[in-house]
Amino acid sequence: MGSVPLAHYLALGSALFAVGFAALLVRRNALVVFMGVELMLNAANMTFLAFSRAHQTMSGQAAAFFVIAVAAAEAAVGLAIMIALVRNRNTLNVDEVDTLKY
Amino acid sequence: MTEAMLFYPMALVAIGGALGMIASRNPVHGAMYLVLSFFGIASVYVLLAAELIAALQIIVYAGAIMVLFVFVIMLLNLNEDDLERPRLTPGTIFGGAAALAFWMISFMVFSDLPDQTMPTELPEGFGQVASVGRLIFGPFIVPFESTSILLLVAMVGAIVVAKPRI
Repeated sequence: MGSVPLAHYLALGSALFAVGFAALLVRRNALVVFMGVELMLNAANMTFLAFSRAHQTMSGQAAAFFVIAVAAAEAAVGLAIMIALVRNRNTLNVDEVDTLKY
Repeated sequence: MTEAMLFYPMALVAIGGALGMIASRNPVHGAMYLVLSFFGIASVYVLLAAELIAALQIIVYAGAIMVLFVFVIMLLNLNEDDLERPRLTPGTIFGGAAALAFWMISFMVFSDLPDQTMPTELPEGFGQVASVGRLIFGPFIVPFESTSILLLVAMVGAIVVAKPRI
């Protein structure tokens, strides 16, 4: 026991990324797929902050700030697309929405 | 001493919440598990001396974004038939195997890394509001202002996409 090495933080980040990736590939509900994308963005943030702490520079924290802002914008547009999807097609299953033009 | 005592339980909370998100059939339960996972991730951010980002994680992610998720789930008014049934197809098996393979490869890479310990001494005010703000409004001013345009475009786009008739 003692201080935690850098590799453990990176391993936590990659584990969270893998779980988000699995949600993206395995689940068919568009909302859960979207939550997986949010989790993958958080895993990237974890890596940014771990290297920021290890190198004692704060540029990684600024990058994490911008990732959070982009995630907020992405969530707003993505959920609007889901509302439009349910209104027009009455489904949330990503397998049923595979045409570009309807 | 305290870092390891806090890191491993909080990492477990983060990964457990994420796995609960995948395993739950109802999207509302999945969203609640994801909030739990975000709280675990935020406490790991505090250990990484990123107090401001940890606070933003709670306010923006666990607060704003997840409330938006739950709000949309309620708005869509899903019934039992809309929930997906767990089934095993080549797609899901391959997807799960690909995610597992990604995790195992990255784990092998990280276990080969030299055992680099985190520096104990940090610059004054590292990760706090004043110093991160000075960085964002100094060298990162152009991306920061671009973010405001991005949020404006996202807001207009969300209204245009979700509105039945413009």
